Amino acid sequence: MPGAVQSIERAAAILRLLAHGSGPLGVGEIAGSLGLAKGTAHGILRTLQGVGFVEQDKTTGKYQLGSALLHLGTSYLDVNELRSRASNWADSLASRCNEAVWIGAPLQGQVLVVHHVFRPDDTAQALEIGSLLPPHATALGKVLLAYDAGLLSAVVRTGSLEPFTWRTITDPKTLKRAVSTVREIGWAGETEERELGRASIAAPIRGSGGLVVGAIGVAGARERICDAKGRHDAAMVDHVLRAARAISRDLGG
Amino acid sequence: MQRYVMAIDQGTTSTRCIVFDFRGRLNAVVQREHRHHFPRPGWVEHDAEAIWRDVQRIVPETLNQAGIAVDQVSALGIANQRETTVLWDRHTGATVGRAIGWEDTRTQALVDELAAVPGAEQVNTRCGLPISSYFSAPKIRWMLDHVPGLRERAETGDILFGTMDSWLVWQLTGGPDGGVHVTDVSNASRTLLMDLRTLSWDDELLSFFDVPKAMLPQIRSSTGDYGRTTTAVPGIPITAVLGDQHAALFGQTCFAAGEAKCTYGTGSFLLLNTGAEPVRSTHGLLTTVGFQIGDEPAVYALEGSIAVTGSLVQWLRDQLGIIGSAPEIETLARTVSDNGGCYIVPAFSGLLAPHWRGEARGVIAGLTSYINRGHLARAVLEATAWQTKDVVEAMNADSGLELNMLRVDGGMTANHLLMQFLADVLDVPVVRPMVSETVSLGAAYAAGLAAGVWPDLHGLRANWHRAGQWLPNMAAEHRQAEYENWQRAVELTFGWIKS
Repeated sequence: MPGAVQSIERAAAILRLLAHGSGPLGVGEIAGSLGLAKGTAHGILRTLQGVGFVEQDKTTGKYQLGSALLHLGTSYLDVNELRSRASNWADSLASRCNEAVWIGAPLQGQVLVVHHVFRPDDTAQALEIGSLLPPHATALGKVLLAYDAGLLSAVVRTGSLEPFTWRTITDPKTLKRAVSTVREIGWAGETEERELGRASIAAPIRGSGGLVVGAIGVAGARERICDAKGRHDAAMVDHVLRAARAISRDLGG
Repeated sequence: MQRYVMAIDQGTTSTRCIVFDFRGRLNAVVQREHRHHFPRPGWVEHDAEAIWRDVQRIVPETLNQAGIAVDQVSALGIANQRETTVLWDRHTGATVGRAIGWEDTRTQALVDELAAVPGAEQVNTRCGLPISSYFSAPKIRWMLDHVPGLRERAETGDILFGTMDSWLVWQLTGGPDGGVHVTDVSNASRTLLMDLRTLSWDDELLSFFDVPKAMLPQIRSSTGDYGRTTTAVPGIPITAVLGDQHAALFGQTCFAAGEAKCTYGTGSFLLLNTGAEPVRSTHGLLTTVGFQIGDEPAVYALEGSIAVTGSLVQWLRDQLGIIGSAPEIETLARTVSDNGGCYIVPAFSGLLAPHWRGEARGVIAGLTSYINRGHLARAVLEATAWQTKDVVEAMNADSGLELNMLRVDGGMTANHLLMQFLADVLDVPVVRPMVSETVSLGAAYAAGLAAGVWPDLHGLRANWHRAGQWLPNMAAEHRQAEYENWQRAVELTFGWIKS
């Protein structure tokens, strides 16, 4: 077993100290209490501040526990924040691929549609923001399953993977193999697994620290998303990956 | 060789340069924020020379980012913050102090004095605007009155006036060395000095505001030959100039009478195309030139300006600390199913269109112990939609046209709850286009149209695509009851500041 990481131990000690509840502490007090050099304590505090685990009072310069700690159990990135930050990139992806763009985030074992941009052909379309998609039968879902072990086990544990078409993956083992491929290649494809005649491509959106906070992708008619041999269009995959990376970069991931 | 069109958007907080391809897709964007100066309460100034330096820097950077050469840029269009007033020396290019910003209220006393002069009501008839500190004429007059010797130099034409468009075109085309001193009809229509019908400087208005004609730029159509750039990146033809909200109207392809757009930023601006005739407002809207394409007749517009929309969300974030970031307001608002009977009217410094009540101040109405943060968040978002409805109702009444769809752009369009509520209260579809940078896009469209990149307006319409659409889904009785509550809340704001 590898040894403990010292800086993480120190960060944990700082959080415990601040949690004691004796009020906000200055960097000198924290360093003194833990026997750390002031520079070391300051570096750790700045990092903790960056991830929202501690906050610094603007006037006194003292530190206290951050609000992100209170929300550890819930969503890491507000989904409306995700839509707002991703909006320009999603529009640009839709015009480059000439397809509808979807952004999804996990919600109670399903995929919540966080954002939806119409296919730019001015046909009648309805916004699907707020609806839920099945993780095992969509490219967005497969991406989220690939990077969220909790979601994967929740989906597999339910025992029954609903078949939407004859191509839907209904065997948990096959699903696990499929998502491990997603992890290897960095994107997910789906062909007629949710609806006959439709296909989709998706890639992960990462927040700070590399945590996957959502997935972005395109979805549309199979003959546009896939080539004659049924392979997902390479240029489109590239556009999706670029958009995902651009959003991740903006989010600090 | 792939051709591109460039737009410069000289805005209130920043200057941006954007390159679009021939399909109207955004290719590269570089932005620089500039400093605002607040030398006294109510004073807002910009350093026009610093803004010109920003332009000289971002234009080459944008070409660099796009990876294209100067000769691939077919045309340059300029969109700008309106009304902000720059005075400079024709021979040196040195500005006379800093530019006075559109939101600067130093001229309030002068404006009150002018409004009391017999015959002052003629001003609105001629130029379509109320006498207000927002517009350029009182700002010019203030500088002439307060800078010793300036009036004499202005009368001889040694001192020039311009809004940001004029200043930038003059600099880009050579400055003291042959710079072109021009403005377009949309910018000129915000000065209080242009006759809306003849589209030329009006001698009566000039004498009313006591502004010498010699210092004014030549008024031109919004598109045409504005000269070629000789500095920054020399050789690009400047073929369009538009005020920013007018550019957004154009970028949203609101080319026909009855088409309207609303840009949702810190404040919001709703412009309705009223066609070839200026429509006089009797419901508190501004009559303005929408745009003019080449030799065609000018297209007029009605404008409703709302001072506080996005800034109310910022207030909730920065002053109350109820949310951590602006988008979180939607999350918070979704924790409740309605406003709980609570209404917020953000008359922070009075109300603009359609009320024009400078003495009004904000209220939170309908507070009970039941109201929580979620209800407040909902009331904040609803305030933006209701204020839009107030303006739309005034527009329908003034124009006799019934709005049947609202095109929206700006940061707040990412708020799904707000956009749905907007469609619900307006009872018309609300549509978001694929390119959200509509100000720059409009300037680029107008410039590209003049340079032949796009053959006609039809070609531009073909580039416009729906990215999202919200359809009304609220019972009529419920809408009416809520609207009445909102209107009662608005009445509560009136008369708060005692004169």
